[in-house]
Amino acid sequence: MTTTADGAEVVAPSRAQGTGKREGKGVATTAHIALILWSLLVILPLVWTLLSSFKSTQEVLGNPLSLPGKLRFSNYANAWTTAGIGRYFVNTVVVVGVALVLVMVLGAMCAYVLARFTFPGNRLIYYSMLGGLTFPVFLAIVPLFFVLKNLSLLNTLPGLIITYVAFALPFTVFFLHSFFKALPGEVYEAAQIDGAGEWRSFFSVMLPMARPGMASVAIFNFLGLWNQFLLPVALNTNSNNYVLSQGMASFASQAGYAVDFGALFAAVVITVAPVLVVYIIFQRQLQVSVTAGGVK
Amino acid sequence: MTQDVVTEGGPKRSARRRRRPLTFDRVSFMVVFLGLPLAVFVIFVVSPFVQALWYSLTDWSGFSSGMNFVGFDNYVKLFHDDIFLKAVRNNVELAIVVPIVTIVLALTLATLVTIGGSGTGTVRGLRNSGYYRIVSFFPYVIPAIVIGLIWAQVFTPASGILDAMLSKIGLHQFENYAWLGDARTAMPASMFVMVWGFVGFYMVLFIAAIRGIDPEVFEAARIDGAGRFRTAVSLVLPLIRDNVQTAYVYLGIAALDAFVYMQALNPGGGPQNSTLVMPQQLFTTAFTKGQFGYSTAMGVILAAVTMLFALLVFLVNALTGGRERKVRR
Repeated sequence: MTTTADGAEVVAPSRAQGTGKREGKGVATTAHIALILWSLLVILPLVWTLLSSFKSTQEVLGNPLSLPGKLRFSNYANAWTTAGIGRYFVNTVVVVGVALVLVMVLGAMCAYVLARFTFPGNRLIYYSMLGGLTFPVFLAIVPLFFVLKNLSLLNTLPGLIITYVAFALPFTVFFLHSFFKALPGEVYEAAQIDGAGEWRSFFSVMLPMARPGMASVAIFNFLGLWNQFLLPVALNTNSNNYVLSQGMASFASQAGYAVDFGALFAAVVITVAPVLVVYIIFQRQLQVSVTAGGVK
Repeated sequence: MTQDVVTEGGPKRSARRRRRPLTFDRVSFMVVFLGLPLAVFVIFVVSPFVQALWYSLTDWSGFSSGMNFVGFDNYVKLFHDDIFLKAVRNNVELAIVVPIVTIVLALTLATLVTIGGSGTGTVRGLRNSGYYRIVSFFPYVIPAIVIGLIWAQVFTPASGILDAMLSKIGLHQFENYAWLGDARTAMPASMFVMVWGFVGFYMVLFIAAIRGIDPEVFEAARIDGAGRFRTAVSLVLPLIRDNVQTAYVYLGIAALDAFVYMQALNPGGGPQNSTLVMPQQLFTTAFTKGQFGYSTAMGVILAAVTMLFALLVFLVNALTGGRERKVRR
């Protein structure tokens, strides 16, 4: 899409230049106001959260609109250590990191085989994966609890990782399937003629060619796994193993009014800020991925 | 299984099939590449789903050694369980309201960004509309539980920013109003939070869809004298109809879940169960009350409602004349 000098994104170039600029200005102004209002609605709660994270509990409870009396960075220290956000953060990075690598590798392998090899059952596997994508996780959650229990994986990080992988697998396969399907077969055949085995063809030839697709799915999966809430809450009840999302929930609900509100807001900022900063830097790439993956 | 390994010649694959010899390379390849992911998928996804169907027909409490087959007793009981029925109603309400509001808002904003610019000449978006797009997308990268927690704080009486702002502009009746603690407003407030979380994402999707429309179509409409409003309603909407439908299905499924948001806003189900949703009730029944058989029956109902919902959307779309695929792109 071309962008003009004034920053407006042009949908269609037109030869039909005309008059009526004044009338156009009015509509544009209204449109700007609507968009600004929505932007404020998005930003204000976030700014308020940021400001509140520097307040004392008294300030938070006393006057919500006031600025913090001074910048209490101690709230962040309290959130990080006392409330355990630091520990949850590390757990989340470990679980999401390992699960992401595993699901990308397993998903790519599975999608590759399903897309480029014909064998009995291929269709059945593909459609059962699609089914896994549409069925609500809630239906599985109780039996899943006992599956993990029987494998002694309940309340462990490896158990959580493998579950994350399993539930992110259908989407990954579904998405990459079309990517591998679209790769030219000649390249694969050339690799085979050059003496590459199936393993080598995949890792040295086909996988690198699917890189754009891999990047999109990885971003998608990262956000999905980072936000995961139900699986950890049901399957990971040992508070030492909490991930950020459930740690946040338990911190907020714990003790009702005895909560250290400054630290609560600081914990929210710690959770949101890294992803938000990464998003602002890579927003174009991210939006492209989301667009590619979101609809069909 | 590995005997029939045949390559495909790319997208336009030729029908030729070559039988390949069974070498260690090929056998190990299939075992690892297909077997490993499938094993994970079958053990952790397929088997729980299948087990759920069976458990829902038993009176299993989870920790007792035995379980009895009780047929459809759980389901009969569910249809007499007022609290669960309330949760079903709440979910249905959510699945109707949240997608509609989200889609209308997202479509409006997407239209403004893409064709809200000058009314004549080139069809273009607003100046600097990129910033709106970036900002609107923020909520998508914020974990849903955190969105819920932030808004729960915003809605809190006395210390929340909403009551403070309302009384500042003179609406003193809201001085200490508990948005989430009053049965009248708890549900609308929760719906608002979900919409807030979803709009940016769908706005970006719709922007992409609108950009995918052939520019000549816009040009033709402009030459024929269509204004921005006319272009949006008569041109853009029909052309991105499929995207809207897909969005409706996704949003509806998200609204039938709603677990994370509700858990953050009102973990107890809200005043008079006004915001209780099926997944919350399922979760409590299973992990707090230990009625595993009964709770899996709830899961089956939830799955059935989800399928029914998707079916309904596709049916309505088909009946109202959708699927004119030729027009797209």
